[in-house]
Amino acid sequence: MPSVCLYFQVHQPCRLRRYSFFDVGHIHNYEDETENRRILDRIARKCYLPTNALLLKMIAEHEGKFRIAFSLSGSVLDQIERRRPDVLESFQRLAVTGCVEFLNETDGHSLAFLFSPREFKAQVLLHRARVRALFDQDSRTFRHTELIYSNDLAKAAEKLGYAVILAEGTKKILGRRSPNQVYRPAGCRKLKILLRNYRLSDDVAFRFSDRNWAEYPLTAAKYAHWLHRISREEAVINLFMDYETFGEHQWQETGIFDFLRAIPGEILRHKDFRFETPGEAAAGHDPAGEIDCPGFISWADEERDTSAWLGNAMQQDAVHTLYKMESAIRRRKDEGLLRTWRMLQTSDHFYYMCTKWFSDGDVHRYFNPYESPYEAYINYMNILDDLSQSIKNSKGESP
Amino acid sequence: MRILMFGWEFPPRMSGGLGTACFGMTKALAGLGHRITFVLPQAEETSAPFLNLVPAYGVSFSGAEPKNLESEPLNRLTVTPIPALLSPYLNEGRYRDLTLSGGSRFRDSTAVYGLDLIAEVIRYGRAAGVVAGRFSFDIIHAHDWMTVPAALLARRISGKPVVLHVHSLEYDRSGENVNGEILDIEKEGLRQADRLIAVSHRTKRMIVERYGIPPQKISVIYNAVSRNEAQRIYRIERTGKQKMVLFLGRITFQKGPDYFVEAAARVLKVLPDVTFVMAGAGNMMGQMIERVGELKIGNRFHFTGFLQGEEIERIFSLSDLYVMPSVSEPFGISPLEAMLYDVPVILSRQSGVAEILKHALKVDFWDIRDMSAKIITVLKHPALMEVMAMKAKEELRTIRWDTAAERISELYREMV
Repeated sequence: MPSVCLYFQVHQPCRLRRYSFFDVGHIHNYEDETENRRILDRIARKCYLPTNALLLKMIAEHEGKFRIAFSLSGSVLDQIERRRPDVLESFQRLAVTGCVEFLNETDGHSLAFLFSPREFKAQVLLHRARVRALFDQDSRTFRHTELIYSNDLAKAAEKLGYAVILAEGTKKILGRRSPNQVYRPAGCRKLKILLRNYRLSDDVAFRFSDRNWAEYPLTAAKYAHWLHRISREEAVINLFMDYETFGEHQWQETGIFDFLRAIPGEILRHKDFRFETPGEAAAGHDPAGEIDCPGFISWADEERDTSAWLGNAMQQDAVHTLYKMESAIRRRKDEGLLRTWRMLQTSDHFYYMCTKWFSDGDVHRYFNPYESPYEAYINYMNILDDLSQSIKNSKGESP
Repeated sequence: MRILMFGWEFPPRMSGGLGTACFGMTKALAGLGHRITFVLPQAEETSAPFLNLVPAYGVSFSGAEPKNLESEPLNRLTVTPIPALLSPYLNEGRYRDLTLSGGSRFRDSTAVYGLDLIAEVIRYGRAAGVVAGRFSFDIIHAHDWMTVPAALLARRISGKPVVLHVHSLEYDRSGENVNGEILDIEKEGLRQADRLIAVSHRTKRMIVERYGIPPQKISVIYNAVSRNEAQRIYRIERTGKQKMVLFLGRITFQKGPDYFVEAAARVLKVLPDVTFVMAGAGNMMGQMIERVGELKIGNRFHFTGFLQGEEIERIFSLSDLYVMPSVSEPFGISPLEAMLYDVPVILSRQSGVAEILKHALKVDFWDIRDMSAKIITVLKHPALMEVMAMKAKEELRTIRWDTAAERISELYREMV
């Protein structure tokens, strides 16, 4: 019988201040602290604190049968460590239950794998160390920023010692096969892959409060029924979503918390069903086949590729300019510069420059602090200009 | 439907965007099957196959007859000669052909409208009344304040409804230094017309707030741009080496040329090789030339004087960036024209066109720091120019006169 694997992505970017060309050479703190604090406080109040409290209660009630996983980006960890230790503690309380797995990712929520293998590895190791220090866990599971995935990434993750990697269950890689199985990435010998069931995941993350959706309103009983109908031959139903779904994307008024509260009970009513973390799900099942994915896929948009971050010439220019600074940054051996450079690698900065949906007034703009992708690019390039000057001026080892 | 349209200019004889707008609009309306009689002050050099152009000049009428037909406020008007700087169209960025004769640089609009504009407007109005009696039509469609007396008189004679199309308001053109007589005519038109068309929400807001007109009487219908790329003579000539930034429009208060000059000085401190071009003429030109001298940027800042026709196409094809720093712009067609030439655009948030353009950078006209910083960044990053130009092209495909004409047709149907 299939198990249910719930994983929540927790991420907040470090939003940048409005940075004019005339600030170059004068202002070296790029963060919009007021805005980051405001948004973090709001999300802590609406999502992190109430949802963590609810999950903690549910875990206790179900005596070990309700199991979940989180991945917290280094960028959100930075912010809650500095500003909201209460939020960090609430995650730590979840960690000690033994029912929550904390996954590894690139610390900067970055696209480093696509541009610098060295930086990629450094960020994964950094994140691994932080998760170990904060949550006392050595995760065997790796997930890449925005669920970006390819054969090469799988090989790199295996080399770094991971047992399982997560990806989007796209038709492109599955063909007619089911996402509810454990597979083996092409070219890997030990690593397993879990694939997001995007239909069932998005029923909650995107469609839950959509009144035009035929299934509205979605109750926990109805949802559990859909899961229970899935063939007994299947191994694991992977429900991966942004944690901010609870209370932030789907407001409390939509009934999302009542839904969440009722889910474990409804699913466990079927005695053959159980919850597993990604690590457990992968360990408990042999691969049903191989997943071959030569190009990059992701969980974003209809295209499910990397075009949301790297699709236009501005994004390409920005990302290449950033990674071209790598060797100069490393030569300086300046922790502050390195941290800033990593902060600027966060994928959101490139996402803001996306022109794909800009014309349609899409919901994506909800997440975009800029008036237009052009403003996002201008702001970012001005900051890179200043960072590049700072590198030249810093008193590190000369090249 | 049969439309009696009152306008003040039509290509090639025009001073600004209104002529451009009337051309694109009437062509699209004719395409929808409307039959348009377009009354102009003069029409000797103008023709368009898709409508019937009628000059008001030379129309004979008895001087006494229309007088008692004029509505009260117009009767009360004292007609005084007004200087050319109050010429009727200050509403669009492109400052095109002012007169029929070529030659002298730095011309002003004196030659076109004469010194006694309001007298001309009244005279046109009377002549138009006669025209109205000569044709049969279902709707009277009038463009801006100059045609108000004509439209109201035509309504009196025919009993047909009037839609007044507002392309610019006296407050746009003159800020707080409004001309009282023009304002009176404008007010009368806004109040008396059966329906109003505003070229942007910005203009609609001003009509409501400044003139006290009920908002439900006003429809917002955006202008568009005509594509005639087949006729394009000049290929894109940007070399990528020497960057050129363009201002094109009347050099008047409304267009914010002073902000452009100040921004140029700031940019040149950072990028000393950039060339700035101010194309157009107007009553602030002397002041601008002086300021450029004071700032010692004359070697990088050029005044072309008044440009027309092909010269405008050529200047667009040479430009790397177009800036429209207008203080108050009801719509603003010229950024759309720049986009046709793959020129990225920075425009004032105080413009109607900013409401519909997404693939342009926007600034507050008074924020010289932001304006100059954006100019610098655009010039420094070819990727930005490339993406903006490409996306703007896609965007332009959706800004069509056909769409505007359909909305105008709907309004006509509601009125008859």
